Amino acid sequence: MFIYSLIFYFFSSIAVLSALLVISSKNPVHSVLFLILSFVNASGLFILLGAEFLAMILVVVYVGAVAVLFLFVVMMLDINFVKLREGFLQYLPFGALLGLVLFIELIMIFLSDKLTEMTLIEYNALPVFKQIENTKQIGSVLYTKYFYLFQLSGLILLVAMIGSIVLTLRDRTGLKKQSIHKQVNVEAQRAIEKKTIEIGSGVNV
Amino acid sequence: MFSIALEHYLFLGAILFTIGVLGIFLNKKNLIVILMSIELILLAVNINFIAFSSYMGDLSGQVFAMLTLTVAAAEAAIGLAILVVFFRNQGSIAVEKINSLKG
Repeated sequence: MFIYSLIFYFFSSIAVLSALLVISSKNPVHSVLFLILSFVNASGLFILLGAEFLAMILVVVYVGAVAVLFLFVVMMLDINFVKLREGFLQYLPFGALLGLVLFIELIMIFLSDKLTEMTLIEYNALPVFKQIENTKQIGSVLYTKYFYLFQLSGLILLVAMIGSIVLTLRDRTGLKKQSIHKQVNVEAQRAIEKKTIEIGSGVNV
Repeated sequence: MFSIALEHYLFLGAILFTIGVLGIFLNKKNLIVILMSIELILLAVNINFIAFSSYMGDLSGQVFAMLTLTVAAAEAAIGLAILVVFFRNQGSIAVEKINSLKG
């Protein structure tokens, strides 16, 4: 149990510290890298809770896809980030006060010793580990009991894909492009043109 | 101290959630950091879901956390797409000018 709590405090402290650095670092590239660190530590916590499948999904989806997407956008756009940081200290007192109030409210809910009595749900003192592995358990309910939820998430991803493609696609004018239709439809008669040129004047092509 | 109960995970979730909200407040001008703060908030929600699921021995929390992950990924993709289009039009990502999106 001592080792378990040690690992918990290790992962959670690094997750919290890197989350703090995400919102406070000057360079957004560093922010993205700290976000990755935070997510990796959260996935370690998921393993500690016995949710290995979601831990791996978190690493694959977030570190592999979303964070890289963030990195691409941050590096691609040429933004003056120093200018964007103006007012950081100006908002700090109000933001800190608001955050503190929110945090105390959240803590008050589950430190009131009545969490179980209020919700009438029994919680175990320790995470429940079953004999079957987590991935098998999720697989046995995901395609049966939660089938519509699964389909819905697929639909959400489809909408997101189409939406982001439609948003970023653009017709750029003034570019010289190859027109295959035009090339294929060239006829021999129209390909070569004879012109009589007067002396001293050019040709209008 | 040495036995990690549900409250420990809820505490961590609350801290991460607060940091996310604070990030939105502090980086009022930088849209990218705001998106990252939203990701942090969703991570806190996921930690709560999975902690409850694990301590109750009920799997539905983990399935719902997967749905949250999907929605978060879709949100990040669309948000960044809007950000790129906005940067093309405005030349900056300052949030003050974002009311020009209404056309």
